[in-house]
Amino acid sequence: MTDIAAPASAVLSPPRAPLALAWLARRAEGVVIPLGALLAGMALFSVFLLLLGKSPSTFLELMWRGGFGSWFSIQNALLRATPLIFAALCVALPARLGLTVIGGEGAIVLGGVAAAAFGHWLGNAPSVIVLAAMAAAGMVAGGLWIGAVGALRHYRAVNETISSLLMAYIAIALMNHLVEGPLRDPASLNKPSTHPLTEAARVGPIPGMDVHWGLVVALLACVACWLLIEKTRWGFAARVAGGNVRAAQIQGLAVGPLIVGFCALSGALAGLAGMFEVAAVQGSANASLAAGYGYAGILVAFLARQNPLGVVPVAFLLGGIAAAGGLIQRRMGLPDATILVLQGMLFIVVLMSETLYGRFKCFDPDRWKRAP
Amino acid sequence: MNAQTVPAVGVEAIGMTMRFGGFTALDDVTVKVPAGSFHALLGENGAGKSTLVKCMMGFYTPTSGDMVVNGREAVIASPKDAGALGLGMVYQHFTLVPSLTGEENLVISRENAPAVIDWGKERRDLKSFMERMPFKIPLEQPVSALAAGEKQKLEIVKQLYLGRRFLVLDEPTSVLTPGEAEEMLGLVRGMTRRGELTVLMISHKFHEVTAFADDVSVLRKGKLTGRGRVANLDRRKMAAMMIGDQAIAALDQRAPTPADAVSVLEVNAVKAKDRSGLKSIEIDGLKVKAGEIVGVAGVSGNGQKEFLEVLAGQRAREAGEIRVKNASYEATREQSRKLNVRFIPEEPLRNACAPKMTVAENIAFRTFDLDKDGKPASWISARAIRDYATSLIAQFKVKTASLSSPIQSLSGGNVQRAVLARELSGAVDLLIVSNPCFGLDFAAVAEIRARIMKARNGGAAVLLMSEDLDELLELSDRILVMSDGQLVYETPIAQADLHVIGEHMAGKH
Repeated sequence: MTDIAAPASAVLSPPRAPLALAWLARRAEGVVIPLGALLAGMALFSVFLLLLGKSPSTFLELMWRGGFGSWFSIQNALLRATPLIFAALCVALPARLGLTVIGGEGAIVLGGVAAAAFGHWLGNAPSVIVLAAMAAAGMVAGGLWIGAVGALRHYRAVNETISSLLMAYIAIALMNHLVEGPLRDPASLNKPSTHPLTEAARVGPIPGMDVHWGLVVALLACVACWLLIEKTRWGFAARVAGGNVRAAQIQGLAVGPLIVGFCALSGALAGLAGMFEVAAVQGSANASLAAGYGYAGILVAFLARQNPLGVVPVAFLLGGIAAAGGLIQRRMGLPDATILVLQGMLFIVVLMSETLYGRFKCFDPDRWKRAP
Repeated sequence: MNAQTVPAVGVEAIGMTMRFGGFTALDDVTVKVPAGSFHALLGENGAGKSTLVKCMMGFYTPTSGDMVVNGREAVIASPKDAGALGLGMVYQHFTLVPSLTGEENLVISRENAPAVIDWGKERRDLKSFMERMPFKIPLEQPVSALAAGEKQKLEIVKQLYLGRRFLVLDEPTSVLTPGEAEEMLGLVRGMTRRGELTVLMISHKFHEVTAFADDVSVLRKGKLTGRGRVANLDRRKMAAMMIGDQAIAALDQRAPTPADAVSVLEVNAVKAKDRSGLKSIEIDGLKVKAGEIVGVAGVSGNGQKEFLEVLAGQRAREAGEIRVKNASYEATREQSRKLNVRFIPEEPLRNACAPKMTVAENIAFRTFDLDKDGKPASWISARAIRDYATSLIAQFKVKTASLSSPIQSLSGGNVQRAVLARELSGAVDLLIVSNPCFGLDFAAVAEIRARIMKARNGGAAVLLMSEDLDELLELSDRILVMSDGQLVYETPIAQADLHVIGEHMAGKH
């Protein structure tokens, strides 16, 4: 037994000086760089519009009006932000473990189908029970799906980015199979769907708004995920493993269960997004579940720097852009895919901006501390 | 390309200054290496040795300074210019193509290698060339089949073959056994004596400098702090030039290991695949007692890394058993905590830290999931982590701008101090260490070795794997040699003979 302690002499150098500036510098980097990337992406998109002979200023004005300019459009943005938040958490949680999971779409789709199946099956039970069962079913389906991605990653060394993407395609095919086959409502003719949900199985709006309760659950999930990562031993262990898996192993941390657990949790959250799409928006499960929220969520998570709290404003912003899509389409004569072009450009610019962290001296907190 | 007709080249670097932004890496350094001399360049990591050499070889354009080659001012704007003037460099790590033979490596390295190679003619030319060389190397074998010493000789031969007659050797013996190092440097020394070659050798091994070099130049923090004939200097004077007047931690006296000391670590018939997956490592009958340091010597790549990974639970073992304090040990967090087992892997930033997490968080890796009474806790407290780190940083003299700086912003020595602070606080019964001082400066090395000795004297069992024989000789109670994945030799420190150890390291028994 040894206890090795040398006399205390050299302490922190230099001593704590103007901390406020240093604090500000550290925080500012994570806000200024994504904002700059957003602006650069918009500039790039403006060039694209000019090449098409359209006016960027009209576009921006319509985007404002359609996404953020009125109570109506804000609610529309919030409605679209809800699945984006869940989908972004499905990227952000594994990212803290150093994993790039991009297949949240699969978990959303399967979560939706599972919820619809349970909703139809238990349709006549009291609402609380039906909704709880639907949520549980959606979470289990999504959790198993992304949990499997984590297990493949840790135990069989399968690249999680590729496997999650491929599994998303499998999930969509599985949904199509179920919706057109065993779970199909014979009455749905043009668009194969599951049986319409009964009133007890529907999630209603938040009083005074047109936005459903899923938004509240999404916000709570963000706070819970933030607490999990920043304040609990599991979150700390995940950050160690994400920062350096060898260091985590040599500390004896159970890396495998951490990876599978975090992946399953993130898949469960994406499954919840599917459940709310079914129970609050669509009323049944059908091909509309694969609306690309899972992929847009990747963009949200990266813009938010994988911070669960940062996900909220970014999802609102992108929700607004998506909400304005219809208006822009009608007024400017642009195709539906224009919004996707914008999203794609933003995503590339944001990915490139990741390389800029630590490059700007003005964000170095130590520099501000040393200042007289 | 005739060793008799091409004489050695003399080189002078005059007033070399190199600034990177506001940082002066090299400050008005002048080094003169006359033709046919063997010159040593001494200095700690970051003293500017590599920068100086890179300026001389045209990798960097110095901020100011001149090069004189054979008495004439020369412009060296690129490594190509340096090559044309007969200046060449042999790197610390091998640059040969492992799958090609020695002959093929030599011929393709030539700048004017023909598009269609007449191998018959090349072989005849090489044969007559090799007859004039003191080095004997099997040129018809793939380089991958050569021993480290032979590879290093081939690197030197390659430079001579290319017509270089001034060679920079960058820590040329770091991957060689003592025997190989001595032979290789002896042959080079012979060539300089005969006026066929000039050598500038970067080193931090004093015994090599004393045994082989004519002159020495010493750098510290980018400045020339001393130079002279090696014959007129002793080790202490050179060390003083290298490190200045820093205080160096003294090693505690070795307390005798009690005769009845218990075995803390026992490794029985452990078998595991090595990194390539083709060979395996097999360790049997290794015991480390409380209060002793067992050193494991070996040339890098003989299974030491894999063995540490097996002990730390990072690599699956196929057979065998590891016991700590008579209990089966699987390297889980709970077991390590209960049995007081600590690991200090090599390259701490790569193997023991999360580089982007803060200094305080990195120091908390071992204890973040405990509350202040040592009970498991679900919620972590940022304040407790900070307070814990503050006291350890003071005790272990970690120099950091703040607790919330990312640990990767610290110097190598301070990263290692932070890891030691984390792993050596509290009760330690078994300490498993690998190359703890690699790449660190003098003061940090002395301090880290002192801490390991202190842990030993305090009753910890220490397993120390190191590629640095001097370190093993200084610290160990017993030395084992690892070669080709097995422990092949054991000697108590009192009877340790450097040459016998070296031969076992080279696998000659």
